[in-house]
Amino acid sequence: MTTESLRVARVARVAKVAPRRRRPSALRSLSWAYIIAVIAVTAFPFYWMLRTALSNNYALDTKPSSLLPVGLTLGPFERVFGLATPAQAIAQGGSGASVPFARAFLNSVIYASVVTVCVVFFSTLAAYAFARLEWRGRSIMFRLVLFALMVPGLMTFLPNFLFIKDLGLLNTYPGLILPGALFSAFDIFFLRQFMLGLSREIEEAALIDGAGKLRILFRISIPLTSGPIATLCILGFISMWNDYFWPLLVTSNNEMAPLTLALGVFQQASPESMPDWAGLMAATLVSALPMLVLFMICGRKIINSIGFTGMK
Amino acid sequence: MQFPRGAQPPARRSGARRRDSPLAWLLITPAMIGFAFFIAYPTLRGIYLAFTNYDVLNSPQWTGLQNLNAMLHDSGFWNSVKVTIYFVALVVIIGTFFSLLTAVILHRLTASTVIRGLIILPFLVSGVVAGTVWEWMLDPELGIVNVALTRIIGHPILFLGSPNLAIPSIAMISVWKAMGYNAIIIFAGLQTIPPTIYEAGRLDGASEIQMFRRLTLPLLRPIMALVVVLSVIGAFQVFDIVNVTTKGGPANASEVLQERIYQTAFSGNLNFGYAFTMSLGLFAILIGITFLQVRMLRAGDSDLG
Repeated sequence: MTTESLRVARVARVAKVAPRRRRPSALRSLSWAYIIAVIAVTAFPFYWMLRTALSNNYALDTKPSSLLPVGLTLGPFERVFGLATPAQAIAQGGSGASVPFARAFLNSVIYASVVTVCVVFFSTLAAYAFARLEWRGRSIMFRLVLFALMVPGLMTFLPNFLFIKDLGLLNTYPGLILPGALFSAFDIFFLRQFMLGLSREIEEAALIDGAGKLRILFRISIPLTSGPIATLCILGFISMWNDYFWPLLVTSNNEMAPLTLALGVFQQASPESMPDWAGLMAATLVSALPMLVLFMICGRKIINSIGFTGMK
Repeated sequence: MQFPRGAQPPARRSGARRRDSPLAWLLITPAMIGFAFFIAYPTLRGIYLAFTNYDVLNSPQWTGLQNLNAMLHDSGFWNSVKVTIYFVALVVIIGTFFSLLTAVILHRLTASTVIRGLIILPFLVSGVVAGTVWEWMLDPELGIVNVALTRIIGHPILFLGSPNLAIPSIAMISVWKAMGYNAIIIFAGLQTIPPTIYEAGRLDGASEIQMFRRLTLPLLRPIMALVVVLSVIGAFQVFDIVNVTTKGGPANASEVLQERIYQTAFSGNLNFGYAFTMSLGLFAILIGITFLQVRMLRAGDSDLG
């Protein structure tokens, strides 16, 4: 190929591209470099968890910078699940403690899903009353919701702990679930805003056809609001799944602890002077895994939901 | 999807008002029970207990302004306020900067869901997971970050174990966890800006940087305000990452308010009364800052339209 034809080809390419992309390509490469760096920082710790979790804890200090597991073994996972005998676990650098995974997983599923489903359902009912019904006291009640939006969790955590204790519900599912399951100022506000934006025409038509308000709510308004409802369910589920402070307050025995707390307990049991990093990373991975699997299944929906929260 | 701002349901004929009432009260009853028992009652009880001596085992004794006075003279409390504000400032400034930068660059380069998915990974895990994995990576002897640092600068850095670096390190972990989430919110906001605005700007000969400052930023203001306000409120209540990494140490170098409140209530002499006084103090600070922010950022209005 001659230099001439090369130049022609280049000019042709530039001419074709130029009207769309006038940004210098140096800036573009720099931008890609930045994005790749960001991805490296966000994703690398997850790889490092896996790499460490598959390593032999005593061998870790021989090759601390090896990118592959050192002394490949499933021992850390066996320690976490309590499959290794305490003697074996201690011989491999563990503390003999394990995560009651099945139970903690069940607790997390119950806690996160019951709270999320209940609070979104009750918030939808309330949002409909605020957006579509005419009733005495509506503006006062809505002002209460706005007030609640301002009260941070930390004001209510400790008194709620006392209240649940007074009710004798410490270390029970109702005690864990109740405070979050009935009311969320954010959910009510978010859904009300959305319902106000819905066209009234279909509802008015249904009303003329003789449908009751309750029927309209379940047959028309809720289906039309399914997008924001799904958003709140997904984000609520993630935040409940990862919740630490409230379970820490109300569950003092291992039977009731969700995964976050079980991991915390396992971490605390690790010997201070010579931590069982391999076992810890295995436990961390195990506790993060359900959410990561959920993300692989419906990642697009989750990402769209997050973007959606800024749009109100 | 755009919500109408400040839209009110149009007034209906007054007959409807009475007809709807029973149904409306029925629909809001579960939510209002939740509000009454788990928001209003605990808040009022917390405020009352803030003025008492209370250790859970014995009934509370009214002590008037004694707790408040003690708090104002409690150097540990003020240290926690200072540490918390330092932490919040770091998280909000660094976090917002990187979220905005990432969102803007992503918006220009690609709409790939996979890339956004990779960036959002840390948001999916709990603070306990984030804290534990970073504690391992920052470990002075075996942590990969310090192994690399030793190669480059010759010595490791005591990130979480050093009084000066404990808070910046925790702030970094916190930014790592939340950056992707905020970037996705901003990214979604950028997608709502009509491209014609940029074409007009380009025709007028505006440079990339000018367009970013004069067009993008003003149009993004409501969303940036949301991101900043949420970051501030979240950062003020940071607990889980601190609790698993440093527990407030070394000495009190990373003792954020929430950690101090938790320790006061649950360790040693169960000083719940004083814990509530500090909660009230934190609440007051939070309200003040939220008002200030909403005013400063003019959160309500975008310049779009």
